[in-house]
Amino acid sequence: MKPAVLTGEHFMTGDVACAEGALAAGCRFFAGYPITPATEIAEHMSHRLPDVGGTYIQMEDEIAAMAAVLGASCAGVKSMTATSGPGFSLMMENIGLGVCTETPCVVVNVQRAGPSTGLPTLGAQGDMMQARWGSHGHYEIIALAPASPQDIFYQTITAFNLSEKYRVPVLIMSDEVVGHLSERVVIPEPTAIRTFSRRRPKGRKDRFKPFCPGPDGVAPMADAGDGYRVHVTGLTHDERGYPVMTADCHAEMIARITGKIRRNLADIIRTESYRLDDADVAIVSYGVSSRSSMAAVDEARQEGIKVGLLRLITVWPFAEEAVAHLSRTVRALFTVEINLGQVHLEVERCAKGRVPCHLVGHAGGTVIAPERIVQAIKDHL
Amino acid sequence: MNVMAAHAMHKEILFTGFGGQGIVLAGMIVGRAASLGDHRESTLTQSYGPEARGGACSAQVIIADRPIHYPYVRHPDILVCLSQGGYEKYIPMLKKDGMLLLDHDLVRPQGEWKGTTFTIPATRFAEELGRRMMANIVMVGFFTAVSQTVSVQAARDTVQALVPKGTEKMNLAAFDKGHEYGLAVLKGRRKKESGEKDVA
Repeated sequence: MKPAVLTGEHFMTGDVACAEGALAAGCRFFAGYPITPATEIAEHMSHRLPDVGGTYIQMEDEIAAMAAVLGASCAGVKSMTATSGPGFSLMMENIGLGVCTETPCVVVNVQRAGPSTGLPTLGAQGDMMQARWGSHGHYEIIALAPASPQDIFYQTITAFNLSEKYRVPVLIMSDEVVGHLSERVVIPEPTAIRTFSRRRPKGRKDRFKPFCPGPDGVAPMADAGDGYRVHVTGLTHDERGYPVMTADCHAEMIARITGKIRRNLADIIRTESYRLDDADVAIVSYGVSSRSSMAAVDEARQEGIKVGLLRLITVWPFAEEAVAHLSRTVRALFTVEINLGQVHLEVERCAKGRVPCHLVGHAGGTVIAPERIVQAIKDHL
Repeated sequence: MNVMAAHAMHKEILFTGFGGQGIVLAGMIVGRAASLGDHRESTLTQSYGPEARGGACSAQVIIADRPIHYPYVRHPDILVCLSQGGYEKYIPMLKKDGMLLLDHDLVRPQGEWKGTTFTIPATRFAEELGRRMMANIVMVGFFTAVSQTVSVQAARDTVQALVPKGTEKMNLAAFDKGHEYGLAVLKGRRKKESGEKDVA
């Protein structure tokens, strides 16, 4: 067996750093189907997993890949897959199954420009609303947005920890640029990496109720085959896991799977500020666009415009309080993202008309140049 | 801005050529050497689509003393060309006070840009050393000597780490060939410059 944690300094792409972050988090199962620009994650996992006692499976398509990930997780193994737009669309139904059955797993979407096959080799951030609402029904999901190889290494660990803690699929919304960009990645000693595993049940195996939540709103999860009585279905179910076809039971189940997220927003939502303290104007951005935004902040300040950045590390659930607070302290908000306005809608919602909200975006295929952001700010002030 | 900040390094470097010439590997060597060897900040972005397999290919490297926010080259300080197409496409972007590095058997400079230019028959040298495909490594050696953006030690170590197993020795010879040629070119220029001053 080789070490799962490659402690040391590396110069690696975001895709490879994502795979290494997964291994450091304890991921030991990957099922996937290759797709540009996410293929390198699968490729790297196929090299590394057998060496650390894990399993790699290339499935016949993304529907099967997502199903296999859920199955492996039910058997107690930390599991993940990685894909891009077209595959993400195919995975949507089974991501919903993961939400409904409260099965921890991590899904990486290295975004490229869509819809459909779109621009396979060129980046975008056009799947952000799909991440939020792409599967049917009303639910809560966690989605993170990494901005660099070092960032995605740690965010992948965070994704596994959150998914295990809250028993929910966690989405990592990367993009082609972060996926293929090479930078220094420092991987710490294994003892310096905090990992979290799902709470397992105690007590009588025949009395076990698999969807009976503890005080934190999350039910302990038994590994299939351990002898605990488990029943898993995508149908609306009661705390025994058995189907109950009533509006009351449905309301209870949805309250549980949304409540465990909504009641823990402070633990789940992470943001980062860049030169916001004295800012007159604030940018809200995430992923690779937050890097363009940081450059724009510096360049605007050289021209005497006090701009700052609120970087969303967690995009879903949305940082409602942070954006609302910002809308009370600055003169204008600018959302910078590679689409024609998705997270921007959330920024507008939270600003509640207190300040003008502007979008700096385009349809995808390239990053947003810092000078375009600076120009947009100048045009609107 | 303090003195340190005023002298903080920020170099944008563009390697261009045909897919298959090892342009991305050249960028990877320089980027990784700067990061892991010289402990500076560096980023590498590269051609990824079909152009990386035969068409016009490029690798973009930024080396800086401070965190690099935007990872793409906007105003190259250094343009390295191993093909005429790469030269023609990117020469309009090169800074006036920038530096142009060419394989002079493959690229014929033309047009308005008249800044500092260094040329080397990298492909011919690589052929003489036994493998034409080492032209990129000859160029990395030359680049290391004339641009002084990465240390020789870091660049050499990185060549050794990144070339295919079993080819380290010949690739290091290719690197050294380019590096020595670069040092000789620099020496010649300095001599010429001081000679001109003496005359003046």
